[in-house]
Amino acid sequence: MSGRRRTWEAVSFELVMTAIALIALVIIIAPSLVVIIVSFTSGFSLRFPPPGYSTRWYVELWNAWQLHFAARNSFVVALWSTGLSIVLGVAAALAIARSPTLATRLLDSLFMSPLVLPALAFGLSALMLFSLVGMPVSLLTLVIGHTVVCVPYVVRNTVAALAQLEPTLLESSAALGASRSYTFRRIVLPLIRPGVIAGAFIAFMSSFDNVPVSLFLRDAATDMLPIRMWQDLEGKLDVTIAALSGVLIIATVALIAIMERVTGLSKRLTS
Amino acid sequence: MAAASAPRDVTSYGIGLALPLALFFLVFFVAPLVQLFVLSLHNDTAGTLWGIGQYVHFLTDPFSLGVLGSTLLLGAEVTALSLVLGFPIAWLYHRVGSRAQTLIILIVLLPLLTSVVVRTFAWIVILGRQGIINATLQSIGVIDTPLRLLYTQFGVVIALAQVQMPLMTLPLITALGRIDMNLEDASCSLGAGSWRTFWKVVLPLSLPGIIAGCTLTYAASITAFITQSLVGGGQMLFMPMYLYQQASTLQNWPFASAISIIFLLAVLAVVTVFNMLGRLSRGYGGA
Repeated sequence: MSGRRRTWEAVSFELVMTAIALIALVIIIAPSLVVIIVSFTSGFSLRFPPPGYSTRWYVELWNAWQLHFAARNSFVVALWSTGLSIVLGVAAALAIARSPTLATRLLDSLFMSPLVLPALAFGLSALMLFSLVGMPVSLLTLVIGHTVVCVPYVVRNTVAALAQLEPTLLESSAALGASRSYTFRRIVLPLIRPGVIAGAFIAFMSSFDNVPVSLFLRDAATDMLPIRMWQDLEGKLDVTIAALSGVLIIATVALIAIMERVTGLSKRLTS
Repeated sequence: MAAASAPRDVTSYGIGLALPLALFFLVFFVAPLVQLFVLSLHNDTAGTLWGIGQYVHFLTDPFSLGVLGSTLLLGAEVTALSLVLGFPIAWLYHRVGSRAQTLIILIVLLPLLTSVVVRTFAWIVILGRQGIINATLQSIGVIDTPLRLLYTQFGVVIALAQVQMPLMTLPLITALGRIDMNLEDASCSLGAGSWRTFWKVVLPLSLPGIIAGCTLTYAASITAFITQSLVGGGQMLFMPMYLYQQASTLQNWPFASAISIIFLLAVLAVVTVFNMLGRLSRGYGGA
């Protein structure tokens, strides 16, 4: 930036841009803060500011067994989907990264397509398929459906990590007599691990939060947390949901902080 | 994509490693979508009579076309608002120290990783009759009766813009980081003011990022089922809810399939247009 001639024109530009940026940042952060404050209300409504403060809704949450049940299902499905996504996604990323042929480009587009196609349409089609082959909806069908929409995150982040790998490292390892599998275990895997972890983290979060696929692939026996919350909110504006939201926001912030330490998440998503 | 062209045998792995995921996608992603398409080509709910009746029904029904139109319009409004709010964030990011940069990224990331129901719920609290906006306006005496903010188009647009803002901001931060700062300095020292430099240099050079951000934001906001239905309420109907009602409540799978296919094609068309613009802009920006 040229700071020599600070004309009114330059100052007005920076003022406008900075002001909009700050307003935008407030808009991004405010809803989370508002939810946390409201969750400590002593009243029965979502009035802001709350008439008084208490932890009664957190106590209520502690006893809300339906939410616990749904949370446990969501957690199990997210764990399995993430595991499956890592196994399938890292292998696929190894195959398509670093070899820009037509086939790998097509595969790349195929593996990325669940990110742009409406997931609700996929959820409906998956339900049709499972009912056609006579597979009742269960945690298994949920894991399969979630893996399809979560695996792109693992593939994308692993491909990005592989692209940054120095080819000379692999060549010198081979030149020094290391086998391919040895090179993979000792050189490639440690170097791409942060990328894989970052992708797996995003995959886990998006599975835990998935609505459009779960909507069609679950039933009462396999209730999922986001759907339970959504249905509770459609019925009545329950303050227990505010307490649960508070817990989820704090957990997310903590996980982001950990991931930032482990994988440098912020740099990874902007390069 | 890998830029280096080193000897193949050492630095790349066989395409066979992609086979498990390719098979998985074939069975659980491609096959269901094909089946969806096949079912949409049936005229009766049971799926025994072949025909394009479902598509004819959708494309001649003013109500269905209205739902499609308002969904596409909603996406455009959300994308525009996200761009106006997100661009200055990306601009600010490249003018602050590294600590503030990390803080900005983490603030932007927070909504991306917070549960979408939680994010939407927050907007219900803010926009509601007793919400923060109405309470503030009433306490300073601007209004007597609460404004209707929830269950309005305005409410849905602002909530979706906040929910999807990371998808716009992250590509913009990347794109702005790739612009050679000397170009801005050169423009300024040649006598162009800050505003002119912004419109003539910075904005055109960041077009690839703008287009990437717009594609993601648009695709995400028109399919954002939860935010649309909770903030929009029962009066406003968009494609995802329309699809869900037909499939789940009315059990009309062939029509729901046709809605899905039309919706898929609409999304694909928009993404393709954005991609073409992106290719053009890369040639133009040369960055």
